[in-house]
Amino acid sequence: MRDIGKSFPGVRALSDVSLTLHAGEVLALVGENGAGKSTLMKILAGAQTADEGEIIVDGRTVRNESPHAAETLGIGMIYQEFNLVPHLTAVENIVLGSEPTRGGLLDHAAARARAARVLGDLGIEIPLDVATMRLSVGQQQIVEIAKVLSKHARIIVMDEPSAALTDREVDRLFAIIAKLKAAGVGVIYISHRMEELPRIADRITVMRDGRAIETRATADFPAGDIVRAMVGRTVDAHYPVAPPVPAGAPVVLDVRGLTRTGVIDNVSFSVRAGEIVGLAGLVGAGRTEILRAIAAADVVQSGSIAIDGKPQRLRTPGEGIAAGIAFITEDRKGQGLVLGMTVRENISLAHLAQFINRDLLIDRTRESAAAEQKIEELRIRVTGPEQPVRTLSGGNQQKVVLAKWLLGTARVFLFDEPTRGIDIGAKAEIYALILTLAQQGAAIVMVSSELPEVLGLSHRILAIREGRSAAEFSREQATPAAVIAAATGAVR
Amino acid sequence: MTVALRNYWVRIVAALAVLTVLVIVVNVAAHGTFLQPSNIVRVLRQITYNCILGIGQTFVIITAGIDLSIGSLVSLTGVVMAIVANSLHIGGIPLLAVTLLAGLAVGAAAGYVNAVPVVKLNLPPFITTFAMLEVTLGLSYIISHGRPVALTNAEAFAGVGYGSFLGPLTKALHLPSIPTPVIWMIVVIAIFTVILTRTRFGRYVFAIGGNEEAARLAGVNTARIKTLVYVISGMCAAIVGFLYMALFGSGSPQTGTGDELLEAIAAVVVGGTSLMGGQGSIIGTFFGALLIGLLYNAMNLLNIDSYLQKVVLGVVILLAVILDELRKRYLSKA
Repeated sequence: MRDIGKSFPGVRALSDVSLTLHAGEVLALVGENGAGKSTLMKILAGAQTADEGEIIVDGRTVRNESPHAAETLGIGMIYQEFNLVPHLTAVENIVLGSEPTRGGLLDHAAARARAARVLGDLGIEIPLDVATMRLSVGQQQIVEIAKVLSKHARIIVMDEPSAALTDREVDRLFAIIAKLKAAGVGVIYISHRMEELPRIADRITVMRDGRAIETRATADFPAGDIVRAMVGRTVDAHYPVAPPVPAGAPVVLDVRGLTRTGVIDNVSFSVRAGEIVGLAGLVGAGRTEILRAIAAADVVQSGSIAIDGKPQRLRTPGEGIAAGIAFITEDRKGQGLVLGMTVRENISLAHLAQFINRDLLIDRTRESAAAEQKIEELRIRVTGPEQPVRTLSGGNQQKVVLAKWLLGTARVFLFDEPTRGIDIGAKAEIYALILTLAQQGAAIVMVSSELPEVLGLSHRILAIREGRSAAEFSREQATPAAVIAAATGAVR
Repeated sequence: MTVALRNYWVRIVAALAVLTVLVIVVNVAAHGTFLQPSNIVRVLRQITYNCILGIGQTFVIITAGIDLSIGSLVSLTGVVMAIVANSLHIGGIPLLAVTLLAGLAVGAAAGYVNAVPVVKLNLPPFITTFAMLEVTLGLSYIISHGRPVALTNAEAFAGVGYGSFLGPLTKALHLPSIPTPVIWMIVVIAIFTVILTRTRFGRYVFAIGGNEEAARLAGVNTARIKTLVYVISGMCAAIVGFLYMALFGSGSPQTGTGDELLEAIAAVVVGGTSLMGGQGSIIGTFFGALLIGLLYNAMNLLNIDSYLQKVVLGVVILLAVILDELRKRYLSKA
């Protein structure tokens, strides 16, 4: 890709970006949200067209003005949010759009053979005849990869492929990528996870503000330099250390015998004022479900919850909020935000009662002022409170979700993957915010699939396995090896 | 200017531009009769019923639902109100008030019943309100024995149906008299605009249509809000039933069972409310109803065949939605 430029009304998204990818190479593309990685890759994949510049494949300038055109050029794109049809099987998804036919009818045997051949080349087995919505995230990703490979892709773009995977699934993904390399496929790998770059990338290109800032071989590109190039300044990559919980701090959240059939099995724990408790475990272990149960987002069969010593019988999320619980969900777009609404409307949504005047109408002036105050406090990058949240970057959307919950006076904060898919700068700000909340005496429960994050921030860690609390660690005891062992059942 | 506000003004300006061009062309072709004040007032009176039905429907559609029962509810509430009015031995305002309240109660109850399977069992509103369409229509014919129920005290209602209580005022200002139904429409527009745009309830209606799970997790009682939108829709149908009953001097089971349902939905959609939920406005629905009303009126003035009018209306609805979609795409790029 040479001198690619792209503008949206009012925004210069890309300027003079050039990028080279060799056969059998993995090029990592890193940069903060809004740096232009996604736009650049969408241009490569034909989902958007560039205003300037050219794309050259095998020495020939090509025009890929549609995803289909890009596909015929051998360019395959795997988006972070998969594009699978959930009710169709793995086979049907893999051949989707290029179904083999015989006499005008679908040829199931040929389709199955094609899917099996692609997966066989990868040395992977997954259930072929099950609706993909019933596969794990890791398996769904493999279906995506098989889908592009079955169309003879020679350039594959992966947008944060490891974000939703467990460590074991990541290992398998990397093994697959190694096979692709060996077969001469070029891979562009977008990631926010610094620690995996040395394992997977041959070269790394850093993007910032719509420009390609620097490209180096992975070996001469230490993490510190990458971060510096990304943010244009140096950032302390370490997790801030939470001050110890005061000795006499009272228990704020007390959970006893929480049980939801088949999902949560008799989980008990308590969190004191100022304490951060991390729930570690594999995806699907029941961590999110525990948070949902506490927030009354799901119905549980048994168990009791007390806040500040007062037993609570919470039946709806609304009652949870009234009892002082703030639940920051993992899925911003699906559960955290109303994308069509403005920043102001999203921030005030959970606490609209605050802005109702005696005439029962919403006081727009006070509502806007409150939104603007939160925008400033959390340094949310917006044009103003009336900007639709749909148009914000991931990190700023996450800040809007946080702002929504900070508007109230919650005693208990439940964070589910608070930093997933957001850039390093925003991550650091969210860590600082969590610590501030703890210092102000809130009880915090945090779920994260990034183990260093859980270990770095929490006072105590619960390893969750198969819906149970398998082990508890203090910060000192919690080594990655010990926690992973407990979470995977390698001990006991 | 903020995006939301710009959005709003683009919508209004676009609608007005289309209307203006249309109006001028038609007025010339119709030898000036189209723009006569009396004709404009006639159009406003004609759209009153679809507009009020559309306003109730707007609430439902913003939550990504649909209410197919409104036409039959106009029929049922009209019949019920006529029977109630005939059984009362009072007159004047109390008679009107009690009659209207009876109709509103029936409309609200039907809306509530519409909503229960939707919120409790998550059934599609298309099905539950379709069932309600059949049930209410059947009930309407049963209790009326299939015949219009004539009002014994029709003159008490005449002022509501086609009078003009602002007569002296408009006369003094040399304006054409504004029929009472139009006043009702303006009041309904005003009240529901405030409810939709300025109250918590209204905000929650948008939030549910935009992302129901996010709204629920933010503490919104989604079941209650969704129930209320069907109740509002049923009550709007009752108001229309009341106005028709007053106009005709009887409650007829056939009233409301024609094109009312589809034209009300058309007004909502032409007015820019998304069938996917999450966005829409009351004033948009008014403009949608007005556009459709003006179109019919113009075609009548131009002596266009009534079958052809149907074809034109269908094309216009499609064009309006296509234009709105293109406009949204343009704006979303900004």
